[in-house]
Amino acid sequence: MATVTLRNVKKSFGKTDVIHGVDIDIADGEFIVIVGPSGCGKSTLLRMVAGLETITSGEVQIDGKVVNTIEPMERDIAMVFQNYALYPHMSVFDNMAYGLKIAKVPKSEIADRVATAAKLLQLEPYLQRKPRELSGGQRQRVAMGRAIVRKPAVFLFDEPLSNLDAKLRVQMRLEIKALQRELGVTALYVTHDQVEAMTLADRMVVMNGGVADQIGKPLDVYADPQTAFVAGFIGSPPTNFLDGGLVPGLSNGVTLGIRPEHIQMGDPGRLSAHVAYTEALGAETLIHCRLTDGSQLTARQDASVPIPAEGQSIGITWEDGHAMTFDANGRRL
Amino acid sequence: MEKRVTFKGIWLPILLVAPQIAITAVFFFYPAGQAIWQSLFIPDPFGFSMQWVGLGNFEFLFSDPFYRASFVTTAVFSILVTVVSMGIALYLAVLADRLIKGSGTYRTLLIWPYAVAPAVAGVLWLFMFNTRVGVVSWYLGQLGYDWNHVLNEGEAMGLVVVASAWGRISYNFLFFLAGLQAIPKSVIEAAAIDGARFWTRFRTIVFPLLSPTTFFLLVVNIIYAFFETFGVIHTITSGGPQQATTILVYKVYSDGFVGQDLGSSAAQSVVLLVLVSILTVVQFKYIERRVHY
Amino acid sequence: MSDHTGMVEKRGVGLWLTHLGLIIGVLFIFFPIWLAFVASTVTQPEIVRPPMPLLPGDQFFENYGRALTSGINAPVALMLFNSLVMAMGIALGKIAISLLSAFAIVYFRFPLRKTFFWLIFLTLMLPVEVRIVPTYEVIANFGMLNSYQGLILPLVASATATFLFRQFFMTVPDELAEAARVDGAKPMRFFVDILLPMSRTNIAALFVILFIYGWNQYLWPLLITTDPEMNTIVMGIKQMFPSGDDTADWPVIMATSILAMVPPVLVVVGMQRLFVRGLVESEK
Repeated sequence: MATVTLRNVKKSFGKTDVIHGVDIDIADGEFIVIVGPSGCGKSTLLRMVAGLETITSGEVQIDGKVVNTIEPMERDIAMVFQNYALYPHMSVFDNMAYGLKIAKVPKSEIADRVATAAKLLQLEPYLQRKPRELSGGQRQRVAMGRAIVRKPAVFLFDEPLSNLDAKLRVQMRLEIKALQRELGVTALYVTHDQVEAMTLADRMVVMNGGVADQIGKPLDVYADPQTAFVAGFIGSPPTNFLDGGLVPGLSNGVTLGIRPEHIQMGDPGRLSAHVAYTEALGAETLIHCRLTDGSQLTARQDASVPIPAEGQSIGITWEDGHAMTFDANGRRL
Repeated sequence: MEKRVTFKGIWLPILLVAPQIAITAVFFFYPAGQAIWQSLFIPDPFGFSMQWVGLGNFEFLFSDPFYRASFVTTAVFSILVTVVSMGIALYLAVLADRLIKGSGTYRTLLIWPYAVAPAVAGVLWLFMFNTRVGVVSWYLGQLGYDWNHVLNEGEAMGLVVVASAWGRISYNFLFFLAGLQAIPKSVIEAAAIDGARFWTRFRTIVFPLLSPTTFFLLVVNIIYAFFETFGVIHTITSGGPQQATTILVYKVYSDGFVGQDLGSSAAQSVVLLVLVSILTVVQFKYIERRVHY
Repeated sequence: MSDHTGMVEKRGVGLWLTHLGLIIGVLFIFFPIWLAFVASTVTQPEIVRPPMPLLPGDQFFENYGRALTSGINAPVALMLFNSLVMAMGIALGKIAISLLSAFAIVYFRFPLRKTFFWLIFLTLMLPVEVRIVPTYEVIANFGMLNSYQGLILPLVASATATFLFRQFFMTVPDELAEAARVDGAKPMRFFVDILLPMSRTNIAALFVILFIYGWNQYLWPLLITTDPEMNTIVMGIKQMFPSGDDTADWPVIMATSILAMVPPVLVVVGMQRLFVRGLVESEK
């Protein structure tokens, strides 16, 4: 068990800066998810914590100790890779035991630890199989088993579910969360999938262009995004953005953001629009509208509310408390 | 293409490449350098010192009618070996490709000669055509043809060409067969539906699609004929009669070791070096192109 | 394979003609070997009074026994052993040093890395035939004439094998090395525990090709083994022919030729799948 601290961590490859200075304090046993689009630097950040990537400047501390120059294995971490990175010629047992063998853990203890992990992950019947004889979900479990047996202080996950199909992804997501709670271990999890971030994280870090835009509890981040990027990236369908010039009471250069569920439709509305098309998803309905200037807007309403006809003219409104305004740089006002 | 992850350390990797670099330096670059250096000198008549002659050895070499003849011999020999072995191999590969069943059996039967050393192939063919005991030459005699490759230059060339090509058929056959089997059957069937007969299909569809394999084999076979046929020539003709089968590699050997003419032999090595470089560059260009395919 | 049938496939007469063509090809390939085998089972008088028989005689054990135990200049059994040492030495040596250097070049960044890479690449252009006289002098200066080191070392450096392994290592996912690092494996441990076992098939395929390459060497052993006891079998055959007008001992020479073919042929036919793979890969 350990805390992890990042102090103004920066990374450049040659002359290209990919991480511009990130500060994160992770408490013992906390589940932190780093989320962002591809190329935002989230994997690089994780790999710096792992020790697989050198740190250009700043500090990474694990349990209060600076680990910048320490080899991965001495950092007391374990990592689950996107493509599992199982050793293809070794059995499941040997894959999980490999790190322990290198650490010269006594044989009987290796057997115990692997057996415990295998039980936890329901891998007992497969211990003698090779990775190629396993399904995607089973391989994923072996990768986690390899991390668990080492009893690390910190778990690092690099997009571990992105190679699985949608159904399995949901199941494994729940398993990972349950496992982390049970083991009480600190976890750092990288993903581009905001649903994974929302459901797994104690706190999430939203990264954009090498910068941590916002760090906070998922619902806080959702309810109170600090930048236009965060507002747009977290939440599906994404936040609607309107040019301030269109809205009475706002000036040009300011952007207004309203989440789809906060848009109300009724006659007197603040803006007028017409319904472009609707998507009934069962529990809810998405209504795509077009404003008079051509910009688009999506509203989400409960299935019990009658669905307006396509082409119909409607008024759009929202409560003041739900309106988010951003300056020209995308910062929240 | 580079690996993302690299291990740290400088001395370990240097230690790891050291054996190969050491062997390369001692047995490749030093001798090659020596060859270039020696090609610029001639030993004095008493063998005590070397006299600088610049490009004199090369001038002498290219004014030597035997050396120029050896160039022509090498060209004729290489072209014949390449054409004969590739021709027979392509013919057999096209036949084998037409079979649904049994092409594997023929492949097994046809890859044998790859394992036979050129020198051994030379002995086998020498035995068949031996002027005193050879079975083939005896039957030719019965037919009224007096075979004597020991005296007849054309027959000597023919024999070393056939013996060299024979051992090379397997290799070419394997690559041609693989090339043919890689051509989608649908393309050929489409041509058949368009009414193209076998020969037309082969000429207009199969052969063009096979051209990367053919070009590759052309280069590889020429390199083979240049360098790896020494054993055939040494066992069958020893370069004779009247140097009719003295290819360049054989001449380096006979001038350097038998004739002890070190300056000339070194100059010949340098000429060969240039030839291999050209062939390697051609081959490399080809590989590069295939990578971008 | 349904896409194989249809109008392109030949049937009836065409099919038989295809087989006939192939059988003629096989006979052309086999005839010299068959004749050598027949000659190795008959007596000398049967050969020197042409035409020799075309079916095997009863002297098999006599001729092969004579070849193996006494030969002409040296017992062929000894030459077989020399060939085996040379072929194994070259094949294993090439594989070992190529594996190490490919590992260094792919997995490390170190000064002169590019230079070393090109130095190795350049050796493609220097077949032993091109540099025979100076290489011979190097070996003579080292006192390695008539020695196994002399037979093996100059042929051990191989750009082809290094490239093949480099190519293969490039296809190994980066995460595997990272996982090994996280597991605490030092570079050599990763090499031995992970990379080598994963390269098994490539190593085996290359071994087949290199064994044959080593076994079939002719010019180099011819130059540096003046002592008949050190002759390899492939170059030893030519030494069995008498100089001048004497009649060659054909049954023993042909028995030796057959013996020279057996090991590489067994390797090629027995490991056909690996052989074809090795051939195709090493030419890439």
